[in-house]
Amino acid sequence: MTARVSGADVAAQEWKGPSRRYDILKEGVVAIVVVSILTVLMAGMFGSPDEPQLTIKAWAANARDNFYATTVQELAGTSESAGYGPPYNTAGTGLSVGPLAPQKWFGVTHPVDPASDFVITPLHSQQQPADVAAALKRWEAASPDRQAAWATAFDTALTDADDDLTRVRAGDYGPVPALAKGLTAMAVSGALDGVLMAQGGFYQTDFTKQILFLGDGSYLDDAATAAHLQGDTWGMMNETGSYPGQAWLWLYSFWYQIPQFNSDNPDDYLTSHADAIIFYIMAVLSLGLLLLPFIPGLKSIPRWIPLHRLIWRDYYRQQSIDTSGAGGGDSSGDAGGSR
Amino acid sequence: MTTARPDLEFEHGGSSSMWTSRLRRRWMSTLPPDKLLPDRQPAYVASWIYVFGVLTLAAFFVILLSGLVLSFVGPAWYHTSSAGRFINSLHFWSVQLFFIFMVVHLWGKFWMAAWRGRRALTWMTGVVCFLASLGTAFTGYLVQTNFDSQWISFEAKDGLNAVGIGAFFNVANLGQMLLVHACLLPLVVGVVVVWHVLLVRRHGVVTPIDAVAATDPAQDVAGTKVVS
Repeated sequence: MTARVSGADVAAQEWKGPSRRYDILKEGVVAIVVVSILTVLMAGMFGSPDEPQLTIKAWAANARDNFYATTVQELAGTSESAGYGPPYNTAGTGLSVGPLAPQKWFGVTHPVDPASDFVITPLHSQQQPADVAAALKRWEAASPDRQAAWATAFDTALTDADDDLTRVRAGDYGPVPALAKGLTAMAVSGALDGVLMAQGGFYQTDFTKQILFLGDGSYLDDAATAAHLQGDTWGMMNETGSYPGQAWLWLYSFWYQIPQFNSDNPDDYLTSHADAIIFYIMAVLSLGLLLLPFIPGLKSIPRWIPLHRLIWRDYYRQQSIDTSGAGGGDSSGDAGGSR
Repeated sequence: MTTARPDLEFEHGGSSSMWTSRLRRRWMSTLPPDKLLPDRQPAYVASWIYVFGVLTLAAFFVILLSGLVLSFVGPAWYHTSSAGRFINSLHFWSVQLFFIFMVVHLWGKFWMAAWRGRRALTWMTGVVCFLASLGTAFTGYLVQTNFDSQWISFEAKDGLNAVGIGAFFNVANLGQMLLVHACLLPLVVGVVVVWHVLLVRRHGVVTPIDAVAATDPAQDVAGTKVVS
């Protein structure tokens, strides 16, 4: 017979009921062997993804017009990184949601000056053709307003011509076309990859500037679109090729599929603030998961949807055989609600 | 009635003033050897769902082992070496298995309401382990030094910058990400996993919902015996 203890907190007590043999070390060793074999089989059969990295050289060679136009945008201050704001520069204020503006609070911690870092300094790092060298001198002798006027005018003309140099209307663009031509030549030769990587030093492990520059153009974006890696197509949890990606980020990725966070109107508040809002949503959900044992209602779900009856079906079957009377049991209430 | 004898409580020359003696006594009372390395477990632990915890640990072991080899040779080795590619594949698939096992384990514990009976901390350390593992995997994708890591770092920077994290955690800084991925986060996951497992051993496997307290030592189920 089994005596029922009314009000006893069974879950909190040491189990005094039936037990069975359990070799914890054997279980661990068997698990390691099984998982190792499974891993070796999968690695041997499927390998792993390794899509080669993009280079600045390949960008300039395969999308020359886009590279040229991006260079002009860096000089004009119209590229994405030029107007980004913290933590790269002060051109923008960054995202804020209500009173929360941490992007602004922490300020510029990784300074990036696109015109200087991506164009002028790399051009200076190498001996340039006479026209480019002269353009460099003219650019640096001009006032910031004059530089901006030249670059903006050329950027606008280039945009109007759909980045087609042969269709750009005549105008006073100063040294900007020569500078863009010089950097494009450097990039096509492969020299710019090395210059951007070294950043004037010997050792370097920070690729912030290369990533920002590459992302300012369309080359990286186009490659990601072709690989189905865009955020609005569940790209966050996709992987190159046919390999599984970060499937565990499905919930994070899910929010970006919602039209309100993904509208065609970039001025829409939820879309323009999606990165911050979705992060806060995920932070709240993660906190909820962490504190689930203390949240009324949520902690009762396992009792309301009794899947535990499947997990412990042998126990409940035995219990129904052994006991037929009334009595107590686990009354800890941690699973929520009344029993 | 018995009277506590300090000379017995702190045997082998220990005393209540010694940190070592106090720690040993605390450890032995909290987690005695039969709890730490048990050879019996409650009879209700009889479902395949229970194997996913140890499978998660096993996958973590394979991840650490393959990661150790990769970290010894460097992040770009696997691009040019077939052996490196194979080790990278082991690392990749063990991570996939790790998350499959861990998520099933997490769901299983949810449906068991495994936080009952003063086990809330066990649940919470499990969730912290899950979240820290997400960060570890994420940084792993950032240090692949291939197109995928270029794209992920370019995209992820916006989300992290938007909430201020990017000011200190720069996804485009390969050096920083490599150290975080190979040193800091595995250490965090490892410590929390050990804590989690010790909590499981200390409190035991949670009883079935509405379990009845067995008080009759004569009770026995086929193939089982009653814990005395």
